[in-house]
Amino acid sequence: MAGLHKSEFANPVVNWVDTRLPIFTFMQKEYGTFPTPKNFNYLWNFGALLMVNLMIMIVTGIFLAMNYQPNVATAFDSVQHIMRDVNYGWLLRYVHQNGASMFFIVVFIHIFRGMYYGSYKAPRELLWMFGVTLLLLMMATAFMGYVLPWGQMSYWGATVITNLFSAFPIVGGPIVTWLWGGFSVDNPTLNRFFSLHYLLPFVITGVSFLHVAALHITGSNNPLGIDVKSPQDTLPFHPYYTAKDSVGLCVYLLVFALIVFFAPGMLGDPLNSVPANPLQTPAEIVPEWYFLPFYAILRSVPSKLGGVLMMFGSIAVLFVLPWLDTSKIRSARFRPVYRQLIWVWVLSVIVLGMVGGHRPEGIWVVLGRVATAYYFLHFLVILPVLGKLERPLPLPESISRPVLSLGGGPLPGGATAKPMEKV
Amino acid sequence: MADTSVVARDMANLGIAPAKTHVADPTKRDFLKLIQLAGAAIGVGAIAWPFINSMNPSKDVLAVSSLEVDLTPIVVGQGITVLWRGKPIFVRHRTPKEIEEATSVTMAQLSDPATDASRTQPGEAQWIVLVGICTHLGCIPVGNKPTDARGEWGGWFCPCHGSQYDTSGRVRHGPAPANLAVPPYAFESPTKIKIG
Repeated sequence: MAGLHKSEFANPVVNWVDTRLPIFTFMQKEYGTFPTPKNFNYLWNFGALLMVNLMIMIVTGIFLAMNYQPNVATAFDSVQHIMRDVNYGWLLRYVHQNGASMFFIVVFIHIFRGMYYGSYKAPRELLWMFGVTLLLLMMATAFMGYVLPWGQMSYWGATVITNLFSAFPIVGGPIVTWLWGGFSVDNPTLNRFFSLHYLLPFVITGVSFLHVAALHITGSNNPLGIDVKSPQDTLPFHPYYTAKDSVGLCVYLLVFALIVFFAPGMLGDPLNSVPANPLQTPAEIVPEWYFLPFYAILRSVPSKLGGVLMMFGSIAVLFVLPWLDTSKIRSARFRPVYRQLIWVWVLSVIVLGMVGGHRPEGIWVVLGRVATAYYFLHFLVILPVLGKLERPLPLPESISRPVLSLGGGPLPGGATAKPMEKV
Repeated sequence: MADTSVVARDMANLGIAPAKTHVADPTKRDFLKLIQLAGAAIGVGAIAWPFINSMNPSKDVLAVSSLEVDLTPIVVGQGITVLWRGKPIFVRHRTPKEIEEATSVTMAQLSDPATDASRTQPGEAQWIVLVGICTHLGCIPVGNKPTDARGEWGGWFCPCHGSQYDTSGRVRHGPAPANLAVPPYAFESPTKIKIG
């Protein structure tokens, strides 16, 4: 329905804008008074951290692009030029480079949070699927960004990853040629990767808005995994969670700054400081650390097409996770068996990460296969069956109840009996 | 939102005695807000500066910002054009007649008064070094070669809008508002100058 918005803001300028475009009312509703479960722990910081990280990546990326040249003849040198000649170029690049690692650290914790507390379960399935889409977009963006410095790892990473598509019968070869824009990774490939690497963060921004919009329809999950039952279970987002997010943000920025200023090369591969050479594959070729588990799955399957399908499948399985997990209980706190097994799954991912970082010889081959099998076993067998067999612990009747009985300070006996009167 | 009465009740529950003189002091609140605002402004500025400064000329650009020019091949009456900081620089070996024309002008005849001595180096009046960009709208005037159209004052002539410069590079006619600029330069030896 068309019509002016009836704004309640006292400031005349704000009111004038808000009447015509109620962005202030919107912000107030979604980030000011937005009712948020009052029992969040610090794992609920990571969504906000991801937003900050995305903004850091976009801003540093825009300024890097002012000095970067997407041409095979000059790309490597232009990155060295940024590092040596451009004012604060080293800072922009180290923040951007390590920002990618920070992004994945934060997103992995964010995803683990969702898995541990069952945030993907009804009614948040679509929210979760947007999240998995964001992970895929992040992976694509990170991969193409890694190609841009045009070092040895850039070049051979690009060659290997694009060649994944050659595993598909009949269409594989033409697809790879199409991706390259030629018959090997070369200038057309670098140009299109740069173009897409610049585009995708804005796609990520758009999908993030859908992710957050869906979140604000369903409301946040919480460590107890039970629904909000009354206003007593919630706090306004501001100032309570803006303050809590700020504390987490300070810790995050501290870690980020420590890496950028004291160990900027810690997470990168020194081989990428060697210019790309299409005539020589490096002796040790590994992807960035955040791709190692997926890389390990690829190598663990003794079949070209099988390995590629399993690798893509390891992400694809996340899309259907809400339907694979048959348990109606969200939080692992009340699922005594799931609470143990989720850590076994985490262990399998860590083992896969280690396997990905070693040559596929001896014990690493065995470990890789066992961990790959467990990764899929968890989703495809354990979760569907466990939901039927597991006997969950009794759920608290509301969010307020355990908050007041566990940690509310020395309350008089009468007060705990009638918690509703308390607030 | 927690109002003061709820806070007071919670404090009473927890056995914390309220402060004896709990009087709201708005100046303290204002002071805290100003400190917070100033801190935020410094933080934003400190973060913004590397980004802003990254758009300034980089070290390699600054490194090529000076240029040595060998004067020996330039015969009397001839001028050459060299590229310095992406701009054309005129280096002209003036004839005695041209020097005479440049020095004999009275200031009243000039729209942008400047003596010829202020535009040349002491004892090197035969050399005039100018930024070869018309001060009107940025075209490059012609006149370095003796065969070029040099305009009525024998210096340079801008083909775009007809501005004319004398043998000292001073504007004498046309829409140009100012004289051709003299770049910073110094004689390293009698036959070599360093621009920039």
